[in-house]
Amino acid sequence: MSLADANTPAPSAAPKSSILTTDARTKKRNRAEARFKAYGIGAIVLGLAFLAALLVSIIGNGIPAYTQTFVTVPVYLDPAVVDKQGNRDPAEMAKTTTFGYAPLIQNAFATEVSQNGITTDMAPKKLADILSASATGQVRQTVLDDPELVGQTVEFRLLASSRVDGYLKGRVTREALARDKNLDAAHLDIIDTLRTAGVVNRTWNWDFIFGADASESRPEQAGIGVSMVGSLFMMLVVLVLSLPIGVATSIYLEEFAPKNRWTDIIEVNISNLAAVPSIVFGILGLAVFIQFGHLPKSAPLVGGLVLTLMTLPTIIISTRAALSAVPPSIRDAALGIGASKMQSVFHHVLPLAMPGILTGTIIGLAQALGETAPLLLIGMVGYIASNMPDGIAAGFMAPNSAMPAQIYEWAKRADPAYYERAWGGIIILLLFLMTMNIIAVILRRRFERRW
Amino acid sequence: MPALWLLVIVLILAAAGFVAGRSRAMADAQGDVRNLHSLPVYYGNHVMLAVLLPAVLILGIWLLLQPLAATQVASSHISPDSYADTGALSLIMSDVQRVAEGLNRAVAQGLISASDANALDATTTDVRALSVSAGVPVAAQVTPDMLAAAEAVRHVSAIGSWLMSGVVLAVALVAGFVAWSQITKDFRARNTVERVVKGLLILAAMIAILTTVGIVLSLLGNTIRFFGLYPAMDFFFGTTWAPSFGGGSELGILPLFWGTFYISIVALIVAVPVGLFAAIYLSEYAGPKVRAFAKPLLEVLAGIPTIVYGLFALLTVGPLLMKLFGQDGTFGVTWMQGGTSVMTAGLVMGVMLIPFVSSLSDDIINAVPQSMRDGSLGLGATKSETVRQVVLPAALPGIVGAILLAASRAIGETMIVVLGAGAAARLSMNPLDAMTTVTTRIVSQLTGDADFASPEALVAFALGMTLFVMTLGLNIFALYIVRKYREQYD
Repeated sequence: MSLADANTPAPSAAPKSSILTTDARTKKRNRAEARFKAYGIGAIVLGLAFLAALLVSIIGNGIPAYTQTFVTVPVYLDPAVVDKQGNRDPAEMAKTTTFGYAPLIQNAFATEVSQNGITTDMAPKKLADILSASATGQVRQTVLDDPELVGQTVEFRLLASSRVDGYLKGRVTREALARDKNLDAAHLDIIDTLRTAGVVNRTWNWDFIFGADASESRPEQAGIGVSMVGSLFMMLVVLVLSLPIGVATSIYLEEFAPKNRWTDIIEVNISNLAAVPSIVFGILGLAVFIQFGHLPKSAPLVGGLVLTLMTLPTIIISTRAALSAVPPSIRDAALGIGASKMQSVFHHVLPLAMPGILTGTIIGLAQALGETAPLLLIGMVGYIASNMPDGIAAGFMAPNSAMPAQIYEWAKRADPAYYERAWGGIIILLLFLMTMNIIAVILRRRFERRW
Repeated sequence: MPALWLLVIVLILAAAGFVAGRSRAMADAQGDVRNLHSLPVYYGNHVMLAVLLPAVLILGIWLLLQPLAATQVASSHISPDSYADTGALSLIMSDVQRVAEGLNRAVAQGLISASDANALDATTTDVRALSVSAGVPVAAQVTPDMLAAAEAVRHVSAIGSWLMSGVVLAVALVAGFVAWSQITKDFRARNTVERVVKGLLILAAMIAILTTVGIVLSLLGNTIRFFGLYPAMDFFFGTTWAPSFGGGSELGILPLFWGTFYISIVALIVAVPVGLFAAIYLSEYAGPKVRAFAKPLLEVLAGIPTIVYGLFALLTVGPLLMKLFGQDGTFGVTWMQGGTSVMTAGLVMGVMLIPFVSSLSDDIINAVPQSMRDGSLGLGATKSETVRQVVLPAALPGIVGAILLAASRAIGETMIVVLGAGAAARLSMNPLDAMTTVTTRIVSQLTGDADFASPEALVAFALGMTLFVMTLGLNIFALYIVRKYREQYD
């Protein structure tokens, strides 16, 4: 045994300080590492969970808005009520108001109920609470459109009232309805029977997508179609104004502007405008276009102008990025073979930057389409968008609503049946936004060049 | 629509000018392009721009000023005794406009002949019924004064339209002719056209400035008017917000400030940790697959319109919180009276801000050079130690800037608080109470048919001014911090 061996401590007596075993401090540090990583994963999962909750609540609450309960009732169009003069003249017949039609429908529905083997001691008027208040208007309009129907028994698909609709969709429970003065338990029994008989049924409702808004008491009749047209006209204004102005501004700042105090001011301005809250643009629109410019309130033209000003910074920023991504060699080559500065920009740089510009514009438009706050101030809420605009000029100038404003309007109304409509409207709005964003992504993928 | 037709005619003239200018240049060059100073298309464009620009400019200004002039002329017909203030006058004038519109339509529909329409007598004819039958409902009974004013409006508009057509067409033709006669083969058409185009580009760039000027002027003018009617001290230091359109309002901004800040703080408490940790995980830990999947999905949250978040707050989060903290709730407490509260709006706004914080922080963390991480890891630090002790301190100014930008977003956010925060202006510490914010009050004071003369409507402009100054200040401060404390690596 050598001396060296004797000095070396025996392995059994040594403290555990090998790099192969972890000490307490390392364990602690590793635990901290794992914890830190878990926080990160937790944050991502939480963020995605919020997204999932949002989507689930939109789709779960919104899908029922696309189906609607209808009641099929054969109505005898009594000439004595509908056409008192007996000459089938629509102008004369228009004198019978919807109130005049009410007994016809009430009696027809009572007959239909008793024919399905239901005996009830409810008066026809009370029984007809099952039907929507819009039923009379619907029948009257059909008769006025086609006077030959008078005297015949015509089968109508009438809207059921929103409470019946809610009952069939499971939105309103029996207990809740019992507390409600509008429908009795007896009504619900009748509905159950009629449903098995196929008189009451729930079908796809195109009127929600293409129809007009209705008054506060008739949620079953309301649709988003008219405000969709309003949004369309607004987007036209935004596109026609913001694309040329945005591109022109970007070209000037990126290609021509000398570096001086003026252009500095413009640049700082644009980046500040991008951060101004959207409601301030609403105040601007109200003060400049309506208070000072005397343009009509609630007009899509005004909405489009306000949204243009709001979207311009977005479009300018993305257009400038697209322009500066075009390499200087392109400009130099054009200048080198004798093109003027203007020609090099318009003939070479701009076409090459076009995909990027269009992508930015579409994203800007999508942002404008979903914006609500400025529209509240220029009078796009509180207005019931009940008629399609007649003609292009009216489309721009006549009062209308817009999709997000319509959704807000529905969310504000007292009847909970409107909430379903608001969620349904959001589905359409998000579909539009999704389509626009997908187009932007495709444009970028297909045409963007890497230099 | 005569203006639209006029525009079409001007466009046709411009097209004709293009052809004329081009062919004049070619004729002067004996058909040989090489003799020309510029390409032939520039000679065409020269004439086209000369026809188009002045004419369209005049058309636009005219359309803007004509209604103002008509109103001016017409209001002189209304006797000063029949209205109390300018608000009442503007109501009368809007009726006058409708009567004029109704008469125009009645003439167009053949309900009345043009000469009869010019010589109506309000005492013998029911002008209101006439207007209604033409499809323009008029609210008030039409007095002789109003009829006279309406006739004046029609008169001015009719003359104005004719005059406008004449002036616009004359300008287009004269300018076009002058430009056309300038053209010779040596005329420097390209330079002229390019100068004009550059002018147009500068004009477009001015619109950004004009927008800011417009915002400031529209806010400032009305704010000054408001402070003329309501003392500024009471506005900035008043602790009660109780507007009543009948008068005697108390318009103190402090409760609104408190609500705004409380909600923003709740939102930031949600958004900053989640957003920051998500950014750290995505840039430091996640593999390319997770990153390619999670990053776009998180950014979807940023693309969802705020109205959707508002509805989510009102109809999903609010009732959920009610079930937990409200009457008969899970926790058996009655801390919450209704679905709308600071918590409701704050939570949802926090969700909205997550992608904002995360994508900004992600960019900033990625900008920290890899060599710094390598150095730290090489010294034996774990990954989390590297992040906490090296990466985050280096990225801190940027992250603070991102948080300030998120705060400015939260303060200016409207739809979530309009739907989720409630309408009661109170100074309370309970985050489950309904409170109201600056943006909510702007919306409620300016929607509806309030005239712009009362302090109750004008206060919205003062609120807007405050909001504008606050968000602008935050943004500038954020940029300043980022610039001042940014580490320079290269």
